[in-house]
Amino acid sequence: MSTETMASDSLELKPGMAGFFDDWGSDQRAFKGVPWGKAMMWIFLVSDTFIFGCFLASYMTVRMSALEPWPSASEVFALSFGGAPIPLILIAIMTFVLITSSGTMALAVNYGYRKNKWVTFWLLFATALLGATFVGMQVFEWSKLILEEGVRPWGNPMGAAQFGSVFFMVTGFHGFHVSIGVIFLFIFSYKVARGHLDDQTPGWFTKRGGNYEEIEILGLYWHFVDLVWVFIFAFFYLW
Amino acid sequence: MEHVAHDETSFVRPAEVGEMELYHPKTWLGKYVFSQDAKTIAIQYAATAIAIGMVALVLSWVMRLQLAWPNTFTFIDPAYYLQAVTMHGMIMVVYLLTALFLGGFGNYLIPLMVGARDMVFPWLNMISFWVYFVAVGLLAASFLVGGGSTGAGWTLYPPQAILPGTPGSEAGILLMLASLAVFIIGFTMGGLNYVVTILQARTRGMTLMRMPLTVWGIFVATILALFAFPALFVSAIMMSLDVLLGTSFFMPAIMTMGNEADHVGGNPLLFQHLFWFFGHPEVYIVALPAFGIVSDLISIHARKNIFGYRMMVWAIVIIGALSFVVWAHHMYVSGMNPYFGFFFATTTLIIAVPTALKVYNWVLTLWQGNIHLTIPMLFSIAFLLFFINGGMTGLFLGNATVSMPLSDTLFVVAHFHMVMAVAPVMVVCGAIYHWYPKITGRWYHEGMARFHFWVTFVGSYLVFLPMHYLGIMGVPRRYFEITGTSFLPDSAQSVNASITIAALVVGFAQLVFLYNLIVSAFNGKQAPSNPWNATTLEWQTEHTPPQHGNFGKELPCVYRWAYDFSVPGVEEDFIPQNVPPRNAQA
Repeated sequence: MSTETMASDSLELKPGMAGFFDDWGSDQRAFKGVPWGKAMMWIFLVSDTFIFGCFLASYMTVRMSALEPWPSASEVFALSFGGAPIPLILIAIMTFVLITSSGTMALAVNYGYRKNKWVTFWLLFATALLGATFVGMQVFEWSKLILEEGVRPWGNPMGAAQFGSVFFMVTGFHGFHVSIGVIFLFIFSYKVARGHLDDQTPGWFTKRGGNYEEIEILGLYWHFVDLVWVFIFAFFYLW
Repeated sequence: MEHVAHDETSFVRPAEVGEMELYHPKTWLGKYVFSQDAKTIAIQYAATAIAIGMVALVLSWVMRLQLAWPNTFTFIDPAYYLQAVTMHGMIMVVYLLTALFLGGFGNYLIPLMVGARDMVFPWLNMISFWVYFVAVGLLAASFLVGGGSTGAGWTLYPPQAILPGTPGSEAGILLMLASLAVFIIGFTMGGLNYVVTILQARTRGMTLMRMPLTVWGIFVATILALFAFPALFVSAIMMSLDVLLGTSFFMPAIMTMGNEADHVGGNPLLFQHLFWFFGHPEVYIVALPAFGIVSDLISIHARKNIFGYRMMVWAIVIIGALSFVVWAHHMYVSGMNPYFGFFFATTTLIIAVPTALKVYNWVLTLWQGNIHLTIPMLFSIAFLLFFINGGMTGLFLGNATVSMPLSDTLFVVAHFHMVMAVAPVMVVCGAIYHWYPKITGRWYHEGMARFHFWVTFVGSYLVFLPMHYLGIMGVPRRYFEITGTSFLPDSAQSVNASITIAALVVGFAQLVFLYNLIVSAFNGKQAPSNPWNATTLEWQTEHTPPQHGNFGKELPCVYRWAYDFSVPGVEEDFIPQNVPPRNAQA
């Protein structure tokens, strides 16, 4: 995809709403200067928002129509250090790790556009490692719930069976998103390190030349996954 | 005529984006099987959709035979009947109409009509088709597994969909859910392509308000699909977990086969809300492309510009937006707060306003037009008649109080078949006949096409019009047989028999249609490149059928809207979109 602008946008817009509509309705591109991949990722993310929105709405409905009491999040998700249970400590660390990875991702995008290959590589690699750490901690959290506390998708000793069902389903679906992101972060750190984005080497499948815009597109996905986590954090652990 | 540029430079700006890199495969497999050309993908989509649609057609014969002559055909038992009802509905709505309109017509027409070389992500587009193909395979596999395909009705309502006693509650329902999830993944890949191509890859001069209405209809329908399918995706995952892991998302405490099931505390209404949050926009996913295409067919074959182009565009957008806030009108008898019922009845009736606007505009386009009764025009007029009929009965069913006694009767079946089955299929047929000379470069057999039209048109009326009366009489839908029901006269059975005869005839007419399409692709007369004297870009290509890359060396420049027919002072009665103003004088 060659998306460099060939002529500057010299259209003078009419003032007010007329200019607004002319701009949106103008020929060739509705979003000026936005590469195809970036537009696609944005629209995909809106579609994905509907998926997570349906999951969260279903969670609320199921929680409200459950017949047995809902287990208390601050007790279930507590970790004991030196005998005293600290509520939500693991989740706090997980959240911190994921939000930090958003920071390194944003820096990677910036250094990518500056074509600073090695800094971009290290930042992407750090983002991937932080993401992998998050997934690892999620595995730890799940195994603790399953093995020690006896939470199963079909029931648990603390209360409503739907607690386990919806928890595993939604955090699992989010964890799947993070894992996909981690895989692509590793792929792109490899591509950056090998100079594929500088040389515009054709992609393995798509046969299209690479460029640093792809880092930003990956970043959009990564920030979205982080944002979704904020909602999951609020609705599953704080409610 | 406000969309004509006054001089060559005023509205046509220089190219903003360089030429698209196209991947030219060297192998037979890469060219015809894993093709990245949107036109090949379109034909693959259409062929697969029509093939599975033929299965659904045969299933409709199965249920019609049982309804007309109960207990005559011993191979139809109640379980088989319910499976036929279910699979007929699901295949027709999702795997035939959605795939054909968006995957088929969308892929073929979007790049050509907006003046692009191809979809923006050809590789993703290719994968999209193959994922769809896998979804169809999973669906077809469910006919073969133990217990057969699901018989839960196309709405798949739990708890009955997954409890023993319902046909296909073993493997059938799981394959159905898996197939739907895979379909949605495949569709998302294609849908993102269609939307981004329309938004970001139009040719010079092709402003949004110069796009043919076909593109507008497919565009808004794709956006609806991208936002509505997630709800179905989520409910498919949740119901699969209920079956596989024994969770209770949708399953309340319930007795089944004399025992208590393992489920407790789930919410079956949640499924209905999720399903219809998808299900209602789905109606417009099928209807909006039909609206768009029929606008173009009517305008071209009546040699007149579409009446109220801007109004038509905004009506499509408004219908699309409204379709997300009406879903619970499918659930009036499921139990809901009366204020909710009031809200959903109101929003439903508001949709009648933009829809009626469109109907008026189609009729006003025909008004005093130079109407050519070509095959596409015949099908377009048939669409109007079916759509008006189905739209009127929609007013009955949209009102909560009127809808309740009509719920789950054949009146509902008649309504939705008129409005979203027969009406869009009329457009599908008209559109295939319209673009056939461009897609194959050859003409179909005119006589066979006319035969196909008249049998389908009259036959479909004979099938669905009497169903309204049966429904008002109280004949329920999805029942295995109604004989011996005290409140129904014997004549209801005679009507059922006549409906079945009509349905069989209409079904066989579709075989003539397919025969015509297949044979004419090889033996038909050579067609010229623009046989209908149409204005849109797909008729202005260098080659017929268009080659990979669609246009010649240069992409066309667009100077005007798609509806410059019978412009006063111009010799020809049409001006293609890529003709500059100075060349358009008499």
